[in-house]
Amino acid sequence: MRKHFAAARPAMLFTALLLWSGTVARADEARLILTGSSTIAPLAAEIGKRFETLNPGIRIDVQSGGSSRGISDARSGIADIGMVSRAPNPGESDLKFFGVARDGVSIILHRDNAVPSLTDAQITGIFKGNITDWKDVSGKPGRITVVNKAEGRSTLELFLNYFKLRNSEIKAHVVIGDNAQGVKTVAGNPGAIGYVSIGAAEFEAGQGTPIKLLPMSGVAPSVENVRNGSFPLSRTLNFVTKSEPQGLARRFIDFARSRNVDDLIKAEYFAPFAE
Amino acid sequence: MTSSKQNTLPLSRSDTWLIRVLAVASTAAACILVLIVLFMLQEAWPVLQRIGLLRLLSDPAWHPAEGLYGLAPMVAASLAIAAGAVLLAGPFGVASALFVRFYAAAPLASAFRLALLLLAGLPSVVLGLWGLTVLVPLIGRIEPPGASLIAGVLVLALMILPTIALTTEAALDAMPESYLRGAAALGLSRESTILGVILPAVKGSIMAGVLLSAARALGETVVLLMVTGNVVRLPVSLFDPVRALTANIALEMAYAMGDHRAALFVSGLMVALLVLLFVLVSRRLGGGWSFNV
Amino acid sequence: MFEAVREQAMLRVFRDRGVLIAIWSAAAMVAGVFIWLLADIAMHGAPRFDLSFLIDAPGNSGRSGGIGPILVSTALILTVAIAATVPVGLGAAIFLSEFTRSGGLPGRAVGLSLDVLAGVPSIVFGLFGNAFFCIWLGLGFSILSGGLTLACMVLPVFIRVAEAGLRMTPGDWRNGAAALGLSRLAVLRQILLPAAAPSLVLALMLGIGRSASETAALIFTSGYVDRMPASLLDSGRAISVHIYDLSMNVAGGDPGAYASALALIVFLFIINGAAKWITDSLTARRIVTL
Repeated sequence: MRKHFAAARPAMLFTALLLWSGTVARADEARLILTGSSTIAPLAAEIGKRFETLNPGIRIDVQSGGSSRGISDARSGIADIGMVSRAPNPGESDLKFFGVARDGVSIILHRDNAVPSLTDAQITGIFKGNITDWKDVSGKPGRITVVNKAEGRSTLELFLNYFKLRNSEIKAHVVIGDNAQGVKTVAGNPGAIGYVSIGAAEFEAGQGTPIKLLPMSGVAPSVENVRNGSFPLSRTLNFVTKSEPQGLARRFIDFARSRNVDDLIKAEYFAPFAE
Repeated sequence: MTSSKQNTLPLSRSDTWLIRVLAVASTAAACILVLIVLFMLQEAWPVLQRIGLLRLLSDPAWHPAEGLYGLAPMVAASLAIAAGAVLLAGPFGVASALFVRFYAAAPLASAFRLALLLLAGLPSVVLGLWGLTVLVPLIGRIEPPGASLIAGVLVLALMILPTIALTTEAALDAMPESYLRGAAALGLSRESTILGVILPAVKGSIMAGVLLSAARALGETVVLLMVTGNVVRLPVSLFDPVRALTANIALEMAYAMGDHRAALFVSGLMVALLVLLFVLVSRRLGGGWSFNV
Repeated sequence: MFEAVREQAMLRVFRDRGVLIAIWSAAAMVAGVFIWLLADIAMHGAPRFDLSFLIDAPGNSGRSGGIGPILVSTALILTVAIAATVPVGLGAAIFLSEFTRSGGLPGRAVGLSLDVLAGVPSIVFGLFGNAFFCIWLGLGFSILSGGLTLACMVLPVFIRVAEAGLRMTPGDWRNGAAALGLSRLAVLRQILLPAAAPSLVLALMLGIGRSASETAALIFTSGYVDRMPASLLDSGRAISVHIYDLSMNVAGGDPGAYASALALIVFLFIINGAAKWITDSLTARRIVTL
C-alpha cells in the first residue's frame, strides 16, 4: 500500500504546487498588467519602469501580443489596461480610449532610387499594379517591388483610407508584419516601395540604413510634422480600459499622458500626445 | 527486434508499478495533443459552423476584412516549402552524419558535431534575420523581389538539417559494431559498407528524424514570416513570394477579431492535419518505425 | 567474362569515389554555411558583447544596457521546461520502446499523436499555453507558464529521440538479463538507460536547443517583462523573445539583437560542453562496451 503513495507523491506535489501558485498569483494587489499592441509595448515598458522608480513597491507588467489582444484582455479583465495602436472600431464603444502618443506613416524607397517624390495618383497606380516600372514615374528603368502590410495593421488601414484603396486591389510582391521588417526589406531591394512608421524610418535612415522617406502631398515626413498635425497620415497610440479607470490604473494613465514621459516617447521615435 | 515486452518472466511488484507509471507518462504526453486539438477546435468552431470548411478551401482569395477566407493557396505553399526543405536537408543531413562518424578525424568530427548542435539551438528569429538581410537580397539580385519560396526552402533546410544529422548520427553510434566487423570481414569498401550495410540498418532512425523535421518544417513560423514574402497566391515558380499557413497565423493573429481570428485557428488545424497526413503516408511508404534490420 | 568483371570493379570504384566526394562536399557546404552564419552574427554582435552586457539590465527598450535579467529568466524557463519534460518524456519513451509492440495500438496511438504534436505551429502552443496555464490554471504571465508550455512543445522531439536510442540497444542484452532473472526495472536502470545515454543526452540537448530558440510560444506565456524575476510566478522575458523584439519591433535594436544572439550561442556552447562531460561519465558506467 505504501508503494501506491510513493508513486503518486510527485503528482500530488505538482498539483499542490499548482494550487499554491494559483492563489499566490492573485494575492498581489500593487501590480498593474498591460497587454496588447507590440508597437506600444516597448514604450509602455519604459514608462512603467519610470513609474516604478517613482512609486516604490508597485509593479507594472507590460505584455506584448497585438492590438486585438489588448482589446480582448481589457474587456475580460485579464489586463488592467489594454494597448491599442489604432482608432476604436465601431464595436468597441464599451471601452475607454486614452491617447498616449502619435505615430505617422511614411512611404519609403531605397536610397539609390532616383525618384525624388511621387504624386498620390502615382502611388495609387504603383500599389494597384498599373505602374510596374520605375521608368514610368521618371526613375531609372527597373521593376517595382510593392511592399504591403499584413491584414489588420493600423498602418495598412491608414494607408488604404488615405488613398481610397481596398486591400484586395493592391498587387503586393512582399507582405510584411512589423516596421523593422519593412525597413530591412526595402533596404535590401533597390526597386522596392513600402510604407512604415515614420519614427522607425527616420531613425534607420539616420543610422545609415539605405532607405529614404518621401514627402506626402508636399509635407516632409518627420516626427515634428506628426506632432503638429500637418502630416496627413498619422494615428494615435491608445491605452484602453473597460470602465472609467480608478486608483492605480488612473494614476498610471495620467502619468503616461503627462509631460513627464516626453523624453521616453521621443526615445521610441513617436510624437508626444500631450500638448 | 527484441523489447522488454517479449520478456515472459512474471512481473515483480516494482515492475507492475513501473509499467503503470510509464503508461501514465505516455498517456499524459498524448493527452497534450488532445487538449491542443480541442482548444483549436473550440476557437475555430464559429467560422467552421458559419462559413464551412468548403468555403475556406474554395474561396478565391484571402481578404478577411472583405469576407473572403480562401486557405488553399497557403496549404499549397506550406506543402511546397516543407517538401523542398526536407528534400534538401535530408541528403545533406545524412551525409553530415556519415561524415562525422566515418570520414572526419576525431577533432574535426567533434567540432563539426558541435557546430550542428549550435545550429540546432540557433533561434529561428536569428536565422530569419540572416535570411532577410543576407539571403533575400542575394536572391533578389537574380529575380526580384527575393522574398520567395526558394528563400523559405533554403533557410528552413538550414534549420532542420541539424535535427536530421544528429538523430542519424545517434543511430549510427548505437548500431552494433558487429555489422561493421562483418562488412570488413567481407572486404567491403567503406562506401559499399555505407550503401549496403549501414544505411539499410539505420533507415528507421533516419526516417524518424526526417519525420520530426518535416513536422517542424510544416509548423515553423517566424522564419517563414520573415523570408517568404507572405503574398497569398499559388506558387508557380521557385522565385514567387508565397505565404505559409503558419506565417498567416503569426502575421494576423495579433490583429484579428471574430471570424478572422477563428479562420486563423482553422489555419492551425490545417497544419496539424497536413502533418497527420504526412505521417500516415510516410509510415505507409517507409514501413514506418520498423527497426527490423 | 573477365572484361565484365573488370568493368564491374571499375564501376564500383567510380561509385565509391562518387560517394566519397559527395559526403565530403556536403559536409564542406554545411560547414561553410555555418561559418558564414556564425561570422555574420559574431561580427555584428561583438561590438556590444562584454561582461557588463551579460550583467546589466536592459535600458531604452534594449537599445542600451545589457541582458542580465533576461539571462536569468531564460535559465529559469529552461529549468522548468526540462524538469517537466524529462520525467514525462523519459517515461513515455521507455513505455513506447520497451512495453509496446512496435505495431500495437497503444504505441501507435501515442506515437501518432507525438508526431502530429511536433508539427503544431509554435504560436498555437503559445495561445494554448496562454489559455490553459495562464488563465485556466491561474498561473498568469509567468516563468512557470512559459516553461510548462515549452515542455509541451519539446516533448515530441525528446520522446522520439530517446525512444530511438532505447530501441537501438541490442536485444541480446535484454534476453541475457531476463535469463539472469533481473526485474525489468533493474534491466532499465543498470543496462538500457546507461546504454542509451548518448541518445538521451542528445534528446535533452535538442530539447534545450528548441526551448532556447523559441519565440512565439513564450510571448503569450512567460511574457515581455524585462526586469529581474523575483519568483517562478513572475513574468520574465526569454532571450529569444528579446532578440525577436529588438530585431523586428524596436528601431535601432539590431546591434543588441546580434549581441544577444551571440550570448545565446555562447550559452549553448557551455551547455553542450557540460552535456558531453555527462555523457562520457554515463557511458563509462556501461556494463558492456560497444
